[in-house]
Amino acid sequence: MTVTTTGTQTAPAHAAPAVPATVTGAVGTAHTRVEGRDKVTGAARYAGEIPFADLAHGWLVLSTVARGRIRSIGTAPVLAMPGVLTVLHHRNAPRLHLDYIGLLGVPPDPTAAVFQNDRVPHAGWPVALVVAETSEQAREAAEALVVTYEQEPHDIGFRGDRPDAFTLDGHMPAVTEKGDLEAELAASAHVVDVEYTTPEEHHAMMEPHAATARWDDGRLDVVDSNQGTTWVADELSRMFSLDASAVRVRSEHVGGGFGSKGVRAHQVSAVMAATALRRPVRVVLNRRQMFSLTGYRSPTAQRVRLGADADGRLRALEHRSLSQTSTVWDFVEPSAGVARVMYDAPAHRTVNEAVRLDVPSPTWMRAPGEAPGAFALEAALDELAERCGVDPIELRLRNEPERGPVSGMPFGGRHLAACFREGARRFGWADRDPRPGLRREGNLLIGTGTAAASFPAGAGPSTAAVTAEADGTFTVRIAAADIGTGARTALTLVAADALGVAPARIRMRIGDSDFGPAMIAGGSSGTRSWAWAITVAADGLRERLAGRTGVPAEGITVRSDTTEALGALAQKERHSFGAQFAEVAVDAATGEVRVRRMLGVFAAGRIVNPLTARGQLVGGMVWGISMALHEEGIRDRASGGHYNGDLAGYHIATNADVPVVEADWVDDPDPDDPVGIKGIGEVGIVGAAAAIANAVWHATGVRHRNLPIRPDRILAAGGPRV
Amino acid sequence: MTPSTSSSVTLNINGEKHTLSVDHRTTLLDALRERLDLTGTKKGCDQGQCGACTVLVDGRRTVSCLQLAVAAEDREITTVEGLAEGERLHPVQQAFLDLDGFQCGYCTPGQICSAVAVIEEHAAGWPSAVTDDVRPEAGPPPLTPHEIRERMSGNLCRCGAYVSIVEAVARAAAERTEATEEAVA
Amino acid sequence: MREFDYRRADDVPGAVALLDADPDARYLGGGTNLVDLMKTGVERPGRLVDVRRLPLDRIEPADDGGLRIGATVTNSDLAAHPEVRRRYPALTEAVLAGASGQLRNMATVGGNLLQRTRCGYFADVTKPCNKRLPGSGCPAVEGEHRHHAVLGASEHCVAVHPSDMGVALAAFDAVVSYRTADGPGELPLADFYLPVGDTPHRETALPRGALITGVTLPPVPSAARSRYRKVRERASYAFAIGSVAAALDVGDGVVREARIALGAVASRPWRAHAAERVLDGAPATADRFAAAADAELAAARPLPGNAYKVTLMRNLVVAVLSELAEEAAR
Repeated sequence: MTVTTTGTQTAPAHAAPAVPATVTGAVGTAHTRVEGRDKVTGAARYAGEIPFADLAHGWLVLSTVARGRIRSIGTAPVLAMPGVLTVLHHRNAPRLHLDYIGLLGVPPDPTAAVFQNDRVPHAGWPVALVVAETSEQAREAAEALVVTYEQEPHDIGFRGDRPDAFTLDGHMPAVTEKGDLEAELAASAHVVDVEYTTPEEHHAMMEPHAATARWDDGRLDVVDSNQGTTWVADELSRMFSLDASAVRVRSEHVGGGFGSKGVRAHQVSAVMAATALRRPVRVVLNRRQMFSLTGYRSPTAQRVRLGADADGRLRALEHRSLSQTSTVWDFVEPSAGVARVMYDAPAHRTVNEAVRLDVPSPTWMRAPGEAPGAFALEAALDELAERCGVDPIELRLRNEPERGPVSGMPFGGRHLAACFREGARRFGWADRDPRPGLRREGNLLIGTGTAAASFPAGAGPSTAAVTAEADGTFTVRIAAADIGTGARTALTLVAADALGVAPARIRMRIGDSDFGPAMIAGGSSGTRSWAWAITVAADGLRERLAGRTGVPAEGITVRSDTTEALGALAQKERHSFGAQFAEVAVDAATGEVRVRRMLGVFAAGRIVNPLTARGQLVGGMVWGISMALHEEGIRDRASGGHYNGDLAGYHIATNADVPVVEADWVDDPDPDDPVGIKGIGEVGIVGAAAAIANAVWHATGVRHRNLPIRPDRILAAGGPRV
Repeated sequence: MTPSTSSSVTLNINGEKHTLSVDHRTTLLDALRERLDLTGTKKGCDQGQCGACTVLVDGRRTVSCLQLAVAAEDREITTVEGLAEGERLHPVQQAFLDLDGFQCGYCTPGQICSAVAVIEEHAAGWPSAVTDDVRPEAGPPPLTPHEIRERMSGNLCRCGAYVSIVEAVARAAAERTEATEEAVA
Repeated sequence: MREFDYRRADDVPGAVALLDADPDARYLGGGTNLVDLMKTGVERPGRLVDVRRLPLDRIEPADDGGLRIGATVTNSDLAAHPEVRRRYPALTEAVLAGASGQLRNMATVGGNLLQRTRCGYFADVTKPCNKRLPGSGCPAVEGEHRHHAVLGASEHCVAVHPSDMGVALAAFDAVVSYRTADGPGELPLADFYLPVGDTPHRETALPRGALITGVTLPPVPSAARSRYRKVRERASYAFAIGSVAAALDVGDGVVREARIALGAVASRPWRAHAAERVLDGAPATADRFAAAADAELAAARPLPGNAYKVTLMRNLVVAVLSELAEEAAR
């Protein structure tokens, strides 16, 4: 490890950080958000809100056909419109370099690499960018731009029996298999063989994607809204063949991400325009554009086959999932993956498949795989419990595996049973009559349901710099992203404890690629990864400061890099777990389903900030309500485009849809883990929709296996009459 | 009268008058954000479907994305930037901060402006869609969590912070009631 | 959005004259629908005549004992008005069930009546739509139509009217007042909306250039016990998939008067006359309520994706009338 500048050194990343001499106990104590005041006063500036002199505005033009080739682009009349500066398209845009694998281990999605050829692979594909002096001018000119197409027949028909489905590895292998499935099913006392579907779902974060690109003294400076500044900077530098040091990406406040805020058409087109015009250019997506340009969760068609002994012990488990992807980029929603962690059986088979259609590229969305997968698997478990006459919680406890069902590795903490016990106690599960369709209040049918949750606890290599300032404060610099998770605050508490000082003495600076490589805000591993790097640097700094009196004016900085430490971490099945409970009321006359209360109890490692952690977990559960009852991106077969591509058509839960939702946690220590933080951003949604669907069955006696559980579906299914 | 596509307009924002020439297409939201550097008001959907752009116009909550700037002349406009008194946060802002009534913060200014108005609307005796009996003789409904949820439903929060938003609005409303009672006493 | 001229009208004749002078002009009320449609390119006016500040913002007793509601009264003020709440509670309930607090503060009574359908094909200028572009076709019939009409539609258009307020107004026989360059005029709500037929783009019977000046509610004694019930796919801030406004006057267990209007089932608020006829003088029982609903819904012509609406509306009519009958019996 080398000293890089005066007063700076790189500390070795060791797995067991030194115990702070002064324990402040910041970690584990509720702390309001350090940027909270800026957010409640409107002072916090998001990507589209930083003023620049001489700013020009770009507006994307999207294809109106679902498949074909661009025949012509009528730029001349548009260039004559007031304020219009340029029109970029596939004939004049710079060629991009796309032959690389990015930081997340995947090649770039061509949807982001705009204007490279004349092919149109889906409706809403970016075909041009109109840049003008004002956003009104740019938008009007973009709408006036006439693009003609050579149209080809399109295929957007997603269904479970597609003959062209193929197995696809994503961030996990497509297939795992052990034992003789058919033999075990044949020998089972109870068999459940059911199909579930989930629809296309959209991230729909409140802040639209926005970027301002400009050249600043030979460097490309991009002010953006994203989940990882070094990730986006790396991709932009590769696409535009720039030296990595020539690209800076900043993203201080981010209005939600949920997996969608990576490299997208808005940054790439803004960089192209800023380069062509040599002035700052801002591109903001509008809500309708977001539906086709920023990824989404693929619809899934899943089949679950369970075979069990008379007492509910699993003999066979098969979970197959089909999802869709575009014709230009392979992405699989790995819904069958959750079974590899949750339940073991002598015969165990999981398969993730995909089919390529003329649709936009899907992407990671909050608990990719786990969210739809746990809906199917946990609903199927409930159906098995009914068949076996075993309480759904007891059924799960009987099937708790000792080791990873597929990996065979030990668990780094698996406290699912504790979650169920605590949850059952608080929810009042013991008083539940398991029979469905019995509880009425007028036209309302009341039911309760439960489901299990899990999500992996990963980590990515990160670097951090911690500086002791001359005034006695400390500055932490790390290219972390706070997309609403509370990471900025959590990291402040972690740094405070690691330095043995009060949180008020920490200045946490994040969201700047100049701070060096760091994990993205994704995979529920941001805070875990960044806390690790900060702890290591802080420990190194304390060693440097030991015995010293006074700090020079330029401060003393220690940097860390966790790459080696991560590699040295013992292989285990590390996951968060949880038990979800829901009570619903179903109006038998109108088919309306309302969640009355929800409780989630989680085992999610060390909880850094109980205040914001509760928000993360409850927020995930609210997503579960939304997924179970409301969300559904609808595609129009004839045009291949969205039917409901706005927030009036694409329903997310409103305040009125969300009742009392409680989240709490049980102890989940892992003595072998140097940070102990597991991540809480995604586990809250997992199993939540299943708990609600199971409660709807308990209320009505009807299994609803297709999400969302809409009024028309309730009415069509019949059940108890008014 | 010859048609024109822009006008000079005086906007009264947070007690301050701003005269500017606006393209008639410019919404109040864009005038605030792009022309007056008041970026606290957020653009979530730009078509009245999310509530992130909520401001108060003559004391009433309004989505500024569907309000043309030229048509807002002479109205008293209050944005999130105009709620605090110096360093002292508005009780609604303080409650959102203390009770973590937000996560990413993007819907927050709209939620807060909306909540300020919800508390006033309730104090004025307005019923809501979940009020059991809307007839005046039934009296004003208590501001229960159920009532708050319905009244705040024009502000979407994708982070799902609704539970703590409801707590924050309830706390701020209770503080207002106490303050009113003290003033009367 | 196309560039446009903007004029603020000071009085009603002035507003009408400003609009009359320009065939490309539109009245601007609260803007909650028009400005949205301008952003999506569905509407491209060359001039807006802002009528929001016209002196039409009052709710006053009418000579016959009814209520006169000015066209620029906001949805919020309408819903909160003590006389509306006392005498026409279903109207308050209907207005409060619509949109959001913010939108209700902006939206006007006149604009509410003229709002356009929320059909996703109508709202998307890249897709065909007979209402937006006559002759281009109706993709909803073969495509997405879960939210579409089951009553009074045609092969040319199956869109529904989105108003909640209008459903209550239909139940109470409201009359729309308007002004043209030729002077004032009136249209009963029953005649206000045109049948769909093969001209779905022609929505109202208002003469060209007419400015809605107000809505008059006749005295309806039974309205004091009226209800509006809306069903939607989330608990709030969503358009109806079915709604009922009803008033019921029951004496000695017999229906003396029933007024029923249905929402989100047709291109206009749908007054359920057939159902009312069944109930006239009939016992106020759930069976009769169901028979009444069936009589109205016999004319329903659902599409494959919206057949549930027939069940929904039947159940909803029975539920709302039963509730009103129970209240009357108390």
